[in-house]
Amino acid sequence: MPSDPLVAEHVLEFPGGYTRTTGPVIGRFLTELRDGRIVGVRTADGLVLVPPLEYDPATGESVTEEYVQVGPAGTVLSWAWVGTPRKGHPLDRPFAWALIKLDGADTSLVHAVDAGTVKGIRPGLRVRPRFKPESDRIGHITDISCFVPEVTTMIAPVRIEYRIQPGRSLARFLEGVRDGIFLAGRCTRCDKVYVPYRTTCPECGSTIGEELELPDTGTVTTFAINNLPDPRAPEVPFVSAYILLDGADVPMIALMGDIPAHEVRQGMRVKAVWLPPEERTLSMTNIKWFAPTGEPDVRL
Amino acid sequence: MREVAVIAFAQTKHTGHDEGLTEPELISPIIQEVKERSGLTRFGFTCSGSCDYLAGAPFSFVSALDAIGAWPPISESHVEMDAAWALYEAWVRLQHGDVDSALVYGYGKTSQGDLHEIMTLQLDPYYLVPLGLDQVSFAALQANAVGAEPGELREIVRRSRADGRANPYALDLPDPGEEEYDVHPLRPMDIAPMTDGAAAVVLAAGDLARELVERPAWITGIAHRTEPHYLGVRDLARSASAADAARAAGVGKGPVEVAELHAQFSHEELILREALGLPPGTAVNPSGGPLAANPVMATGLIRIGEAARRIIDGSASRTVGHASSGPCLQQNLVTVMEA
Amino acid sequence: MGNRCAVIGVGQTKYQTKRRDVSIAGLVREAALRALEDAGLTFKDIDAVVIGKAPDLFEGVMMPEAYLADALGAAGKPMMRVHTAGSVGGSTALVGASLIQGGVHERVLVVAFEKQSESNATWALSTHLPFNASLVVGAGGYFAPHIREYMRRSGAPDHIGTLVAVKDRLNALKNPYAHLKIPGINREMVESTPMLWEPIRYLETCPSSDGACAMVLAAENKVTGTPAWVHGTAMRSEPIFRAERDTVSPQGGKDCAADVYRQAGITDPRREIDVAEVYVPFSWYEPMWLENLGFAGEGQGWKLTESGATALSGDIPWNASGGVLSSNPIGASGLIRFAEAALQVRGRAGEHQVEGARRALGHAYGGGAQFFAMWIVGSEKP
Repeated sequence: MPSDPLVAEHVLEFPGGYTRTTGPVIGRFLTELRDGRIVGVRTADGLVLVPPLEYDPATGESVTEEYVQVGPAGTVLSWAWVGTPRKGHPLDRPFAWALIKLDGADTSLVHAVDAGTVKGIRPGLRVRPRFKPESDRIGHITDISCFVPEVTTMIAPVRIEYRIQPGRSLARFLEGVRDGIFLAGRCTRCDKVYVPYRTTCPECGSTIGEELELPDTGTVTTFAINNLPDPRAPEVPFVSAYILLDGADVPMIALMGDIPAHEVRQGMRVKAVWLPPEERTLSMTNIKWFAPTGEPDVRL
Repeated sequence: MREVAVIAFAQTKHTGHDEGLTEPELISPIIQEVKERSGLTRFGFTCSGSCDYLAGAPFSFVSALDAIGAWPPISESHVEMDAAWALYEAWVRLQHGDVDSALVYGYGKTSQGDLHEIMTLQLDPYYLVPLGLDQVSFAALQANAVGAEPGELREIVRRSRADGRANPYALDLPDPGEEEYDVHPLRPMDIAPMTDGAAAVVLAAGDLARELVERPAWITGIAHRTEPHYLGVRDLARSASAADAARAAGVGKGPVEVAELHAQFSHEELILREALGLPPGTAVNPSGGPLAANPVMATGLIRIGEAARRIIDGSASRTVGHASSGPCLQQNLVTVMEA
Repeated sequence: MGNRCAVIGVGQTKYQTKRRDVSIAGLVREAALRALEDAGLTFKDIDAVVIGKAPDLFEGVMMPEAYLADALGAAGKPMMRVHTAGSVGGSTALVGASLIQGGVHERVLVVAFEKQSESNATWALSTHLPFNASLVVGAGGYFAPHIREYMRRSGAPDHIGTLVAVKDRLNALKNPYAHLKIPGINREMVESTPMLWEPIRYLETCPSSDGACAMVLAAENKVTGTPAWVHGTAMRSEPIFRAERDTVSPQGGKDCAADVYRQAGITDPRREIDVAEVYVPFSWYEPMWLENLGFAGEGQGWKLTESGATALSGDIPWNASGGVLSSNPIGASGLIRFAEAALQVRGRAGEHQVEGARRALGHAYGGGAQFFAMWIVGSEKP
C-alpha cells in the first residue's frame, strides 16, 4: 500500500520585502499617485505614456521631462474576469482585470475594476479610480484600490401604495359572480346589453338603469393563444377568448379551459366553469374558465 | 382672437374620502349635467386632464372615454396635467374656426394613495426624488421663502374654510384651531385637504355661445407659462411665471371682482395675489378654493369654472381663474373672463 | 383648419434597446437640438413647447414636463404635456400644429420620447388595478384576437404578416435611426421565430426602444428652408367597450381618415398619397389599416401587401422608414411617423426617400385601437 508522499511547506520570501528604488520617472508617478493624481510622461513623438516609462517603448529613446496629468477617468479596452480572487489580488470579491486607457493617455494602465458581476464589465466601459484614503496612501500602485465604473445608471425605486375599491358597477358585478350569476345592464336608449354590468352606456353616455341576469353560456368570437406565461393562467399556452354571452351585445375576455389550445375555434359554444360555491369570493377568479359545451359551432 | 366663452360648468359634490366610485363613475353624472346645462350633446372637440399616478395604473383616461358617450367617434385629446390645460387646448382648437363647441373635463381621487408622496415623483429624478422630498416639504420651503405672518396665513385658511362651508360642492371643514406644525412653517390647516372629485366645462364660440346662454363668460385673455424646475434656481418667494401669464392674459387691463386661485397651500395665495397684481377689492376664492376642496387634476379647471359661474349667473362682470402645475407653482395658467 | 402651418425642422435620436449614455433630459435634448439645427434656430426662437409621451410608469417620473421644462428651453414660455396612449406622438404634433393653426404662436417645438429601458414595457403597459382581472398580457395579447378575426373575415393567407415583417425591416436597413437592423432578413427567418401571441410571431412584433423625436413647426411668415406644409389634421377617439364595436376596422380610424382627406382634398388615397407612415406595431396591422384608411376595399388590404405595392419600390410605399416594427419608443412612435412623413415631402429621407414624394400621410393609433391621430403633409403650400 502506498505511503503518503513526503511533503513540506516552503516559502521563498525576502523578509520585510524588497526595497526598490524607483528612479525619477516611476517615482514621479507614484508621488503624484500618493497625492491622488495620475500623471503620464510625454515621449519625443508626443505620445503620453501611462504609467510612465523612462523610455519610449517603441524606439527605446528617452522620454521628455514633460509630465501630463491624465484621467482620472478612462475607458476599458479589454478585460478579464476573476471569479475567485487570489490572496494577492487587490480585491477579495470577484472583479475584472482591465487595460484602461485614461483620458489624455496614449497607452493603457492595467488595474482592477470593481464591476460587481461579469455583466458589469465591457470594452468601452468608462471607469474612474477609487483612491485609498489619503492617510493610507504610500506611493504605490495600490494607492488606487481599484477602478469603478463611472456612474451611468442609478436605481430609482418607485413604490406608491394605494387603497383601491372596485367601483360601484364592478362591485355589483362581482356580487353576482360570487353567486354564480353574470349581471348585465341594458341601455334602454340604445337597446344594448352590457356585461360586465356597468352604470353608463359607452355609446350614448346615459345612465344604465336596468339590471338583468345572463346565462353562463356563450360563443367564442375570437381569441389569442398566449405562449407567454402569466400568473392568471394555469399553463402555457393558454387561450384568452372573447366570449359573447347569450343575450349580451358586447364580448367578455376570459380564459378557455378543458380543451387543448389549438382546438379552440371562432364560433365555438362555451359554458362557464365555476369554482365550488364554498370557495367563491368577490372576485373574477370564481370563474375558472369557459369550456366547450359540445354544441355545434355558431356561424359568425 | 376668436370670441370663446365658458357657457356651462358642473362639478361633483367633492368628498374627503373614497366614495367607492371609479373615475368614470365620478365623471359620468357631471358630463350629463353639463350637457343639460349647455343644451349640447355633441361637441366639436373634447379634451380632458388626469394623472395615471393618482389612479395607480397606466392609461387611466382610457376608461373615462366610455363614460362620456363618445359615439360616433369624437375629436378628442388628453393632457396629463390639470384639466385647466385641457381647457387651454380646447380654446386653441376653437381658434381654428371650424368647430364651435368643446367639452373639457378633469378628475382625480387623492383618497387612494398618499398624494404628498406621489407628488415627489414629479420632481427631478436624479437630484430630488432620491431625497424623498415630499409635496408638503417643498411647499414648506417656499412658505419659508415667502416669510408670511402666521396670522395672515391663518386668516386665509379661516376665510377659505368658511367660504367652503357655504359652497355645497366643497368640504365642510371647521375653523382652524391650534395645531402643531406638519413641516415647519406649514401646519395641517395650511395644506389643501385630500379630496375626490371631478369637474366639466363647456366652451362655445361666438354666436353659438350667445344662442345657448344669456351671459356667456367670454374668455378675453388666457395664457400660461412655466419656469425652470429645480428649486435652487428659482426665487421661491415669487412666481415669475404667474406674473408673466397674468400680463399676457391682461389681468391688469380692468378691475377684477373675483379671482379663483389654485393655491394648494395658504402661502401660495400670497404669492399669487402679488404675481397677478390683484387689487385689494378682489374677492379671492369665494368658493373656498383648493383649501376647501382639492380634487387634484380638476382643481385648476374648477377655478376657471367657478370664476366663469359668477359671470354666467350675473353676480360679476370680470373675473380671473388661475391654475398651477408642478412643484412650488412652477407652471401657471391665467384666464380672464368678462361678461 | 385655421392658419397655415409647416414643419421646418426634424430631429431624431438613434433608436435602440438601451440608451445607457444619456439622461432623460439628454435624450430629449438630442432630438430637440437636431430639430432646431435642421430649422436653423435655437431655443430662444421658440414660442412654446409641447411634449408627449406614453405612461409615466415607463420612467417612473410623473408629469416629466415639469423636470424637462428648462432642458427644452421652455423657461418663461408655455409648455404642455399630451398623453393619448399609443397615438400620443401623433397627438403631440397635432397639438403643436393647433397652436399655429389657431394663430396663438409662430414657432412651436414638439418633442416626444420614451426611455423604456428604465423599466420594462410589458410591466408599464399591463399593470392594472386590483379587481380588474383582465386576461390581456401585453399589447400583443390584446391585438392578437383582432388579427385572427381579420384573417377569418378577409381569408388572408397566413404569410401576409410575414411579408410585412420582412418589408419593414428591409426598409429599416436604409434608415440610420432605425433600431432593428437585421441583415439578410427574409421570410424563413421570420417564420422560424416562435409564436408569442398566436397568430403573432416574435419577428412580427415591434421592438422596445429608447428614443426621442422632435419637430419645429412654423407659421407661414416664419417658414424657412424646405418646409413640409400641413394639409390636414384630425383626431378621433371611440369608447372601447361599445356594443358591436368593430375592433378590426374601427369607425374612429375611418372617420379620422375621412376628415383628414377632406381637408387635404384627397378622394383616392391610394393614388393621391405618395408615401404613408402608418402605425403598424404588429405586421398584420398593415393590411388591416390599408382597409381602414381606404387604400384598399374591405377584405382586399392583404392583396395590396402581397402585390408589393407597399414596398419601397411599390406604388404606395408604407413605412419606408422601417416603421414601428423597426423602432418603437412608444411615446415617440407616433411623432416619428408624422416626422418621417414630413421628411419624405421635404425630400430629406435619405436612402429611404420615395422619389418625388409630394404628399404623405402620418398616422398613429393607441389604446384598444380607439385613439387615432393623422396628418397629411405636402411639399406644396395648401
